[in-house]
Amino acid sequence: MSRPVLEAENLAKRFGGVRAVDGVSLDLAAGEVLAMIGPNGAGKSTCFNLLNGQERADAGQVRLAGREITGLPPRTVWRLGIGRTFQVAAVFASMSVAETVQVALLSHDRQLWRPWRRANRYRRERARALLAQVGMDWAAERTCGTLAYGDVKRVELAVALANDPRVLLMDEPTAGMAPAERGQLMALTQEIARARGIAVLFTEHDMDVVFGHADRVVVLHQGRVLARGTPQAVRAEPEVQRVYLGAPASTEPTAC
Amino acid sequence: MDFVAVQFLTGLASACALFLVACGLSIIFGVTRIVNFAHGSFFMVGAYGAYSLSGALMPLLGGLGFWLALPLAALGVGLLGALVEVAVLRRLYRSHELFQLLATFGLVLVIKDAALITWGPQDLLGPRAPGAAGAVTVLGEQIPEYDLVLIALGPLVLAGLWLLFHRTRWGVLVRAATQDREMVGALGVDQKKLFTGVVFLGSALAGLGGAVQIPREAANLNMDLNIIAEVFAVTVVGGMGSIAGPFLAALLVAQLNAFGILILPEISIVLLFLVMAVVLVLRPQGLLGRKELAGSATHGAPESPLRPEGWTLGLIGLAVLLALAALPLVAGGYQLSVASEILIFALFAASLQFIMGVGGMISFGHAAYLGLGAYAVALSVTHWHAPMTGALALAPVAGALGALVFGWFCVRLSGVYLAMLTLAFAQIAWAVAFQWVGLTGGDNGLLGIWPAAWASAPAAFYWLTLGLVAAAVLLLRRIVFAPFGYGLRASRDSTLRAEAVGIHTRRQRWYGFTLAGAFAGLAGGLYAFAKGSVFPEVLSIPMSLDALVMVLLGGVQTLAGPLVGAAVFDGLQTWLMSETDYWRAIVGAGVVALCVAFPRGLVGNLRALQESRRDTPAVSEEGASG
Repeated sequence: MSRPVLEAENLAKRFGGVRAVDGVSLDLAAGEVLAMIGPNGAGKSTCFNLLNGQERADAGQVRLAGREITGLPPRTVWRLGIGRTFQVAAVFASMSVAETVQVALLSHDRQLWRPWRRANRYRRERARALLAQVGMDWAAERTCGTLAYGDVKRVELAVALANDPRVLLMDEPTAGMAPAERGQLMALTQEIARARGIAVLFTEHDMDVVFGHADRVVVLHQGRVLARGTPQAVRAEPEVQRVYLGAPASTEPTAC
Repeated sequence: MDFVAVQFLTGLASACALFLVACGLSIIFGVTRIVNFAHGSFFMVGAYGAYSLSGALMPLLGGLGFWLALPLAALGVGLLGALVEVAVLRRLYRSHELFQLLATFGLVLVIKDAALITWGPQDLLGPRAPGAAGAVTVLGEQIPEYDLVLIALGPLVLAGLWLLFHRTRWGVLVRAATQDREMVGALGVDQKKLFTGVVFLGSALAGLGGAVQIPREAANLNMDLNIIAEVFAVTVVGGMGSIAGPFLAALLVAQLNAFGILILPEISIVLLFLVMAVVLVLRPQGLLGRKELAGSATHGAPESPLRPEGWTLGLIGLAVLLALAALPLVAGGYQLSVASEILIFALFAASLQFIMGVGGMISFGHAAYLGLGAYAVALSVTHWHAPMTGALALAPVAGALGALVFGWFCVRLSGVYLAMLTLAFAQIAWAVAFQWVGLTGGDNGLLGIWPAAWASAPAAFYWLTLGLVAAAVLLLRRIVFAPFGYGLRASRDSTLRAEAVGIHTRRQRWYGFTLAGAFAGLAGGLYAFAKGSVFPEVLSIPMSLDALVMVLLGGVQTLAGPLVGAAVFDGLQTWLMSETDYWRAIVGAGVVALCVAFPRGLVGNLRALQESRRDTPAVSEEGASG
């Protein structure tokens, strides 16, 4: 395989005495879908925050297509081609769905200083097309603040795609969705990733989604990588079963 | 060297009152998350109260009466604070912070007029402190004994508070509520009582701060706003919600004042500003403040998106504009000058609405930019004999430059911190205009700023104003719907998301702030010509408040709101001022009522009603906050 698009090396971050992320390395190839799983508090979200510059790493490096991006602010990281969706979806509550995407397009084209022309006429077709891609074109004129949570997640995805990203970071993209909808969204994400050669890193608690749609899986536990590999290999790992998946034939006493 | 030591002691003594008031403000904020503008008023009432109580008690008890009057005054102010909490603040805990700030601002006006009615307009100097009326010699210099009492009082109160918050059950609960008030409520603590108690304590501290001042400083009606700007600076530097922070900051600020006066008496307040600026850049949450408290604490429901008006409203706007243009045909000179003033305030309010509604930045010192525009005009006319057009062109530049400099600091903060900082900057601008007599004429103002001959007739000046204001307002509206406005709204709606799509939110907000400053500056320039003179009042806190009330009246999230608000408020105020001396109290009470009853402003609530009638599933107003 060609050189990875995104590489992280020995990332570390501590909050007070807690080592939230403790020497995590990972790499992502174009078109690849990598799932990051692990129990709550394993450091998944912090890891994401280090990758897109939301938090400053104590140690370690992040490289995008060979270029060092460690310590750059999120807005610069985004311009370089890493899009992100949040665990708690964040959109512009006072704007319509189409306008939200248009703002991303305006920002991408560096047009946000313009004081005269109407913003909601800017690249409408492109905004519509992006929304259609995630199945949200029907809601283009709705207000973001009034959407159902699953739909907000889709809008976030459309916003992230507005920048033609090389890497997509999706923090629990299907949280708050019905099971059927989850599979749909991840199938869609997988399809977009393959078609456009986007590398996708996502976290997820629904194992059906993980094992159904990820090419590779990395398991985090207490800030460290516990296991990595194909979904099958990871699922078979006894240590992973012990701390996270829970084996059906487990002999451990169950609490409560 | 001895002189330095004396100056140092004087600084320590001045720090005492500052600490007491700032610490009370900080405690109240920590638990209720309300920045109490009326805190300066509590300070003032404490001073007046101590004056009256010592006057009543000293004939009976002698010297003891004086020392008894101080804590009694504090107690009385504490009770007043508790009353305010039960009657007003309690109803605002879940409101948007803007309405919390404004409601307490309304209280300032009410309390000021109540004090005027009770104690009259003259300054009241208290008795010298019995038993501490003399002076002691320190290092060969005379130090008032009373200063030593004050120097001791600060640390004593600090120690007492520390014991209260760490050694009593109530104090521990207060600290817990500062961390997480919902959790404390969930644990079965009676929040209502706790909150009332905390406001009582904080107010009492402010009252004590005022009471101990009376042998040093005469009680007067300007104490409230004079101290509040300094106290805001102290709490911002020290860190909101902390107790030791304000203590440290009060010492720092008082020493700066004490020594600054020696070095550069005119600009001692600029030193304060520099310290604040440095602290805010290095530690936005203040010296000892905690980060999570510094962030915006905005409550409120999601707003419906701003939409450009349809044809109907556009036509109505055009009709209104035509009707306004035809006004000189029917109105006389006086009505036209009132109408010009209303138009100017409409522009001023619209520029404030731009940063508040669109940019999400609450400014409590927007008058600074109005004033800069006005002074730019006045100075260029009186000192350089500039022609009217040239002077008027300078006004927006001056407003923008001021906003560029102040805004650089302001946009680093959000929520209440931002509001407090804008107020502090406006107060600094006011102090410079007030103190720099050589340039600005100080309190006497700058006179004789009349429009050029072609615009001197009331109708001509009115048309000029109407043309400029209409053009400026239309331009502002255009910007709101242009990419620039969307960038601002994106930064307001979600900084996280905005940054994650490449928006430099701080820069966007900074430019927005500057732009609003330019429009306010233009309004200020017109204002100077309309009045023919400029006084420091144009930069003062009440002027900023007026603009806020106008925006609030109309509704923060509506574009027509500030225009309607300006017309209603300025018209109403002009009328009230002609009817009664106590118009401030009426305005203040109206503001409080408005904040409690119409959290979206007149136009805003009207539109919400309209929307809920139409079709959309009604967006829940209350309860959406966390």
